[in-house]
Amino acid sequence: MGIRLEHVNYIYSPDNAFRKQALRDVNLEIQDGEFIGLIGHTGSGKSTLIQHLNGLLRATSGQIYYNEQNIYDDKYRMIDLRSQVGLVFQYPEHQLFEMTVLKDVCYGPKNLGLDDDAAVERAKEALAMVGMTEKDYSKSPFELSGGQKRRVAIAGVLAMHPQVIVLDEPTAGLDPKGRNDILNQISALHRQTGITIILVSHSMEDVAKYVDRIIVMNRGEVFMDDTPKEIFRQSEALERVGLAAPQVTYVMRQLHKIFPELPEDVTTVEEAKEALLHCLEADK
Amino acid sequence: MIRDITIGQYYPANSVIHRLDPRVKLLGTIVFVVTVFFVNDLMGLALATVALAAVIGLSKVPLKYMLKGLKAIFILMIFTVLLNIFLTPGTELVHLGFLKITKEGLVLAGKTAIRLIYLIVGSTIMTLTTTPNHLTDGLEKALGPLKKIHFPVHELAMTMSIALRFIPILMEETDKIMKAQQARCADFESGNLIQRMKSLIPILVPLFISAIRRANDLAMAMEARCYHGGVGRTKMKPLVYALRDYLAYLLILVYILIWTGVKVWL
Amino acid sequence: MGIIKAAKLFYDYVSKDEHDEIEEVIHAVSGVDLDVEAGQFIAILGHNGSGKSTLAKQMNALLVPTGGTLWVKEMDTSQPENVWNVRQTAGMVFQNPDNQIIASLVEEDVGFGPENLGVPTEDIWKRVNQGLKSVGMLEYSHHSPNRLSGGQKQRVAIAGVMAMEPECIVLDEPTAMLDPNGRKEVIETVRQLNQEKKVTVILITHYMDEVVHADKVYVMDDGKIVLSGTPRQVFSQVEYLKQLRLDVPQVTELAYELRQSGVDVPEGILTIEELVESLERFKSR
Repeated sequence: MGIRLEHVNYIYSPDNAFRKQALRDVNLEIQDGEFIGLIGHTGSGKSTLIQHLNGLLRATSGQIYYNEQNIYDDKYRMIDLRSQVGLVFQYPEHQLFEMTVLKDVCYGPKNLGLDDDAAVERAKEALAMVGMTEKDYSKSPFELSGGQKRRVAIAGVLAMHPQVIVLDEPTAGLDPKGRNDILNQISALHRQTGITIILVSHSMEDVAKYVDRIIVMNRGEVFMDDTPKEIFRQSEALERVGLAAPQVTYVMRQLHKIFPELPEDVTTVEEAKEALLHCLEADK
Repeated sequence: MIRDITIGQYYPANSVIHRLDPRVKLLGTIVFVVTVFFVNDLMGLALATVALAAVIGLSKVPLKYMLKGLKAIFILMIFTVLLNIFLTPGTELVHLGFLKITKEGLVLAGKTAIRLIYLIVGSTIMTLTTTPNHLTDGLEKALGPLKKIHFPVHELAMTMSIALRFIPILMEETDKIMKAQQARCADFESGNLIQRMKSLIPILVPLFISAIRRANDLAMAMEARCYHGGVGRTKMKPLVYALRDYLAYLLILVYILIWTGVKVWL
Repeated sequence: MGIIKAAKLFYDYVSKDEHDEIEEVIHAVSGVDLDVEAGQFIAILGHNGSGKSTLAKQMNALLVPTGGTLWVKEMDTSQPENVWNVRQTAGMVFQNPDNQIIASLVEEDVGFGPENLGVPTEDIWKRVNQGLKSVGMLEYSHHSPNRLSGGQKQRVAIAGVMAMEPECIVLDEPTAMLDPNGRKEVIETVRQLNQEKKVTVILITHYMDEVVHADKVYVMDDGKIVLSGTPRQVFSQVEYLKQLRLDVPQVTELAYELRQSGVDVPEGILTIEELVESLERFKSR
């Protein structure tokens, strides 16, 4: 079960001068409960790819299966897919429109045909998941801080009870604390509910810290698809496509030249600290 | 579909038409629009076609790109054409239930379609070959005399040029907001008219807020760059007529003369 | 007196209710003292809402102090007759690349400032070309800004300020909306302008890796400057920075963690080389 993409191609403006192939023969399998990082420089096809996952864009050719059902079947209801695969766009706070926080979060559930009480219940639950409290319910979304607005917008998608949630750069423009808050909440959500999470990010440090699997896109193709350790081991390949490994990986690689017993494939600060302390201890 | 709107967009190229003074292009467009509006006979149509084809050829803007702009008004066109076909009284050709198609209707529909296409293409050429700033400079200069009666010519021109600059940005934004709401299972396609109007609120409110935010930012950015109205401002590209502009005026005059000649003569 | 000097600077946002009664007063900037020497590269750090943007806008006379004084090149920004000179002396670049480009053609946008200053036509062209050249965007002069990347748009905005021949550029979170490559592009451009054209730079950001090369770093919280010094001095306060909702580069954090665990590495490590060097000597034992 999960999402499967088979030979997916997507071409923008296929029949005029602005023709651009945004996805090339993408084959992917995403299992239930995975925490995936999707990386690639701007224009590599990440955004196009994620809009295929909930049917906002339709592949020019190729098939997509959600829970083994072909989403391009005539009988398939897109609204089912969209409620199952939630997509949080970049700067999602720009989509807020209601008078109150609670009402805004109710928008999704109501579109699914839920009655008012059920929608409110789901909205409250979703708001709690992103750390908003009861006293925020009746506030106008526009009087909140940037980070709070963003959390409300994320709750707006969570309230539809998706099985998969795709977040396009959920930390863009936030300060370091706001960034960590959001990422910790997403990570907790993954632990507690077991839903699949696909995190689009430009920060290798963040990706290394949170996800179990990384998909690297380049020129519309899946360039790499592996665990963070394996991906960041190949930093030269990443640099060729305009990316890099986390800073700490480079630190440890330099140190490895001096202390051969140090591992080369370190991706987080905690790991590096443990390895170094261990190594320096043994050296004494 | 939103991406297809080319009205108000500039297409950079190096052509005679691009280099023409915007005042020439403004007058030319007005003349063209007026003549197309009154065109009734084949001769007049042929003349307009030749003139339009010549300008398109000279402009070096791909025809395909120009026609893309028509897509946006396609529905309007079909609607007008259908109205004309079915509602013009005259010699009956075909009878479909309560609808009838007349010979006059077909002719009128054809004419209307051509007129609409020519009007749109004609005015898109102007915006495609003139940067908004240049265009508004032309307008500002052409309307210059109105300043004497305290008409805010500069402010109007500046507002227009900014509006033109932000059209593509806001179009893209609309597209993004629509998709974001669709990701929350919004449905913009079904329901009756009132329901559909209501379903637009989640798009219009964010769009409006974004437009205001952008306007605020822009006002600040303009002030930071010492903008303080039109007084004491110099021009990077002052409008000075060149020989080609006088020639173009001459051609416009010739066009008018032939056209009136045809009108009066035939 | 330096090129920018603030003495007991305040800025209050006052919100009023329907009856015009004062509801709330927020001290966005409260009692800031600052002295920036010409030619320096200054960074101002702080979390969202710490007052750093309000401070920046005061340097450009977009906001006038509600208390204290701010001088730009010895001009008091609160005097209305100084406004245009202040803005010409201290140019400003904003966060959102789309919302600060006025014209639909790169060169026309760069020309906007000089046009407003009443510079003669030939000189405008000279300034536009120089401005675009200084940010490496000359070959894009006939492009539409809509087709540029975020980093390129910001460089155009910087060129637009440079064309006004300022002595100082204030950049208010110029990289917040860019991807890592765009960020690098903008920061490199700004450093180059500082080194080659000797333009004073005031960079406002919350990306710590961007301030490593600054001459001096100020950290703001709650409208006040709570920490200042060289990047090394500031980055040695890892714990305090985290309290201020900020972060440090990974290499600095690693060095700090090692130090906390008793490894003898110096405070305020800023680069990979520094850390490697300081650990190298353990090997020789």
